[in-house]
Amino acid sequence: MNEMIRLRGVRKSFRGVRVLEGLDLDVAAGSVFALLGPNGAGKTTTISIIATLTRPDAGEARVAGFDVVAEPQEVRRRISLTGQSAAVDELLTGEENLRMLARLSGLGAGAGRRRTAELIERFDLADAARRRVATYSGGMRRRLDLALSLVFPAPVIILDEPTTGLDPRSRNELWAAIRELAADGTTVLLTTQYLEEADQLADRIALLHQGSLVAEGTPAALKARHGADATLDDVFLALTADDESADLALTEGGRR
Amino acid sequence: MTVALAARPRLRPFTEEAVFVARSLRHSLRDVEGLVMAVALPVMLMLMFTFVFGGAMDPSGHYVDYVVPGIILTCAGFGASSTAVSVNTDMTRGIIDRFRTMPIRAGASLTGHIVASLARNLVATVVVLLVGLAVGFRPSAALPDWLLALALVTGYILAITALFATIGLAAASPGAASGYGFVLLFLPYLSSAFVPIDTMPAWLQPVAEHLPVTPIIDAIRALLLGMPLDGWDVLWSSVWCAGIVLVAAVWGAWLFRRKAGRR
Repeated sequence: MNEMIRLRGVRKSFRGVRVLEGLDLDVAAGSVFALLGPNGAGKTTTISIIATLTRPDAGEARVAGFDVVAEPQEVRRRISLTGQSAAVDELLTGEENLRMLARLSGLGAGAGRRRTAELIERFDLADAARRRVATYSGGMRRRLDLALSLVFPAPVIILDEPTTGLDPRSRNELWAAIRELAADGTTVLLTTQYLEEADQLADRIALLHQGSLVAEGTPAALKARHGADATLDDVFLALTADDESADLALTEGGRR
Repeated sequence: MTVALAARPRLRPFTEEAVFVARSLRHSLRDVEGLVMAVALPVMLMLMFTFVFGGAMDPSGHYVDYVVPGIILTCAGFGASSTAVSVNTDMTRGIIDRFRTMPIRAGASLTGHIVASLARNLVATVVVLLVGLAVGFRPSAALPDWLLALALVTGYILAITALFATIGLAAASPGAASGYGFVLLFLPYLSSAFVPIDTMPAWLQPVAEHLPVTPIIDAIRALLLGMPLDGWDVLWSSVWCAGIVLVAAVWGAWLFRRKAGRR
């Protein structure tokens, strides 16, 4: 397997609280990989380490063969991050945001203009392109955020809960955009709390719970492991139940 | 794979600086309230100190000559204070993460805010001078005096902007950044800007004497009014401004790395 992202034994604590406990992860080049898990499972921390924002306490993380700690600039040349909070400039217009990113991505004036026009068209922002971002709705801001991440077609795109807070229509558009990226050969790493999203988009899913990987595989394989009729919901609930809720599930089952 | 996906190209030198300076200047022009303040405040302060306090300070009517340098520095403080909020907004609202995950010098976003502050405050300085001239300020400086005075004002603007930028990096939210910055706005009052230091209580005089504002004010005043210039004032002004910029740069760089690594 040609790995684009590779984590080995990655540990991270914040003020004594262990967030990641020796995480191993392999993401194949050109695949769509979903990190699935409940709140606080360590998804965002994992992404921050891969995107060079946070240093791991121990272990190793590589993107396209480059170490995130030793060679962060080489990693940054190959990734594009869309974080949870929209990373947009509120005082600029959507168009100006895109042009700024084009210049920071090394595109010349002409190429920057063309790319900006393309992305405005593709993300349905034509009416709003010349308005300040402060006036945008949540969905428009999210679309602009993703468009900004795509100004340069980086080999790896990282999306942290990309559809949280989106209405169904915007969510479907975003899914379509992710599928297009995958078709172009981009490696996509995304986190999500939604099983359906992982099932719809991902070639492989890693289930993260309390900082450890509890399951990893194709959606079909994960389902098959838990019985013929299992849904991803069943897998998710079975694997992320802590002891208390497992007990509760048993007693409830017993009563029925 | 239908498209060959390459790594991002390396940028030409100073691309980041050019982009971020343009961004911050655009921010300044769009911040209508800030712009109105930048022009209205010098006008109001000038008029207040000349016509309201001026008669009591100096009944002979020459207080306007005395007060112009102080008002220039006071306005520079106000004009630079928004830098704290701009820097903090960048750090806390997610956009810095985008810059930090690109192969660029993300710290150049700070350069952008600082250069924009310098531009805003030089405009405010011109406004102070024009209003001053309109209400009776009569400088007697030759061109070299003007240039040296301008250099001192520029040094002060850079120093206080660097402090505000550092406050923006240290504060937890834009509101907090604005609050902490308020303290710096009072610095000019503790100097020879508005009243001679020998009218202050004895225990306060050494404080006012040694804070950075007094030597800068004294030097600018001497230059603009054609009074004998004390070389020590120029030296102290330069040392103070350079020192503040240096401390702010080191402290700011440390904060920038620490803040960014924490998330």
